[in-house]
Amino acid sequence: MSESFWDWAYVWQVLPELVDASVVTVKATVSGFALALIIGLAFAIARMIGPGWLRQTTIGIVEVIRSTPLLIQLFLLYYVMPEFGLTLDAMTAGVLALGLHYGAYCSEVYRAGLEGVPKGQWEAAVALNLPPWVTMKRIILPQAIPPAVPALGNYLVALFKETPLLSVIAVLELMQTAKLLGSESFRYIEPITLVGLFFLFFSLVAAALVRALERRLGRGSGRVAR
Amino acid sequence: MNALSHPHWRLLVAALACFAAAFALASATGLARSVPELLRGIGVTATVMFGGSAVAIVVAPVAALCKLYGGSAIRWLAIGYIETFRGTSALVQLFWLFFVLPHFGITLEPLTVAIAALGLNIGAYGAEVVRGAVLAVPRGQWEAASALNMTQSQTLRRVVLPQAWVLMIPAWGNLLIELLKATSLVSLITLADLTFKAQQINQNTLQTVEVFSIVLLVYLGLSLLITLGMRQLERRASFGLARGPGT
Repeated sequence: MSESFWDWAYVWQVLPELVDASVVTVKATVSGFALALIIGLAFAIARMIGPGWLRQTTIGIVEVIRSTPLLIQLFLLYYVMPEFGLTLDAMTAGVLALGLHYGAYCSEVYRAGLEGVPKGQWEAAVALNLPPWVTMKRIILPQAIPPAVPALGNYLVALFKETPLLSVIAVLELMQTAKLLGSESFRYIEPITLVGLFFLFFSLVAAALVRALERRLGRGSGRVAR
Repeated sequence: MNALSHPHWRLLVAALACFAAAFALASATGLARSVPELLRGIGVTATVMFGGSAVAIVVAPVAALCKLYGGSAIRWLAIGYIETFRGTSALVQLFWLFFVLPHFGITLEPLTVAIAALGLNIGAYGAEVVRGAVLAVPRGQWEAASALNMTQSQTLRRVVLPQAWVLMIPAWGNLLIELLKATSLVSLITLADLTFKAQQINQNTLQTVEVFSIVLLVYLGLSLLITLGMRQLERRASFGLARGPGT
């Protein structure tokens, strides 16, 4: 056991570096989730109104992404893309992997939202002679997305908690920085505990926000999110 | 009974197809020599998977019941556990147990750390599943039991939990797939699981696409097997309950 159990001087020494690294974590979270929202919507729409082959392919892709580890997907993107002549830097590969993985999850959320729109809305749009694309954009999505927001928020929190995985392809986010600091000084307890506290704090805040949003949306229109 | 008439046979066929495709890919790309290594990796992955689910399945109901019915101290302890493990990353928990416990003078085998960390992580999510299922059992069941003069623990044991059990199986299926995916993290604390072996073989052969595709197929097959198992369990558990499509 080392001389002191918890060294505040060391905490103050490593804190600035961890704060810098947390900016990288936040960047990865925000861009990964933005990508996930777009990819998820594309998957959900392809699955709903695409031709048969596209529908089957999308279902297959979503299932494969959802039932295999993010870590393997990360390695595939980072190590395999260069063989096809596309070299990604670690951060881009990481954001892409997060976006794809959570895009697959988000597509299920969107799908639930889309299927929650009453059939009559589609029929009315057909009766008004609206093309399918316009129906989707102007009629269906505005009704499908608000009830999906709380579930999407939960996946934002989940994605945030998966960002430490990017440390394995040497993105200098929180976890990687904490490990480097630990290996320099042979004291892991402070940096890793601080990283844990950082995640705990932000997850609790985010969870509270999602709950508040849920309550607000639930009040807004009578028929969503009981 | 004809095996193919079973409603879940497709899942089994799909899982076997994944394993067969993985094996075929390995043979076709000259990676056949690495198959025993991969199998050993699958063994470690399976060990962590079973150990972790055992921990989760024990911890989750305990935490859920403490949160629901414990005195205030016990309740806050359970809430603290659930929120801490749900609020931080599985990887952070793994590293914390791996790097920080030795400072307390506790040095555990990496395998023990892996099983404990992942089991406690999934157990925290599982606790919320159990709690939700217990609360979903209709109030009338409690009232009827109390009319029959049953104590709280008798009611839980004989009336509420047997009904809640059926409700929570689908959610547990999802959690176990999350656990399977999380087992890939143990490669980062030096355990030679499937992901670890994949990296090793990749470094030796540089056949990156092939190696990771094979491993992807194996994970897919394993999660199909989990889904199959949980569907079977759900079918068996819902016998005699007037719910769902009936069998």
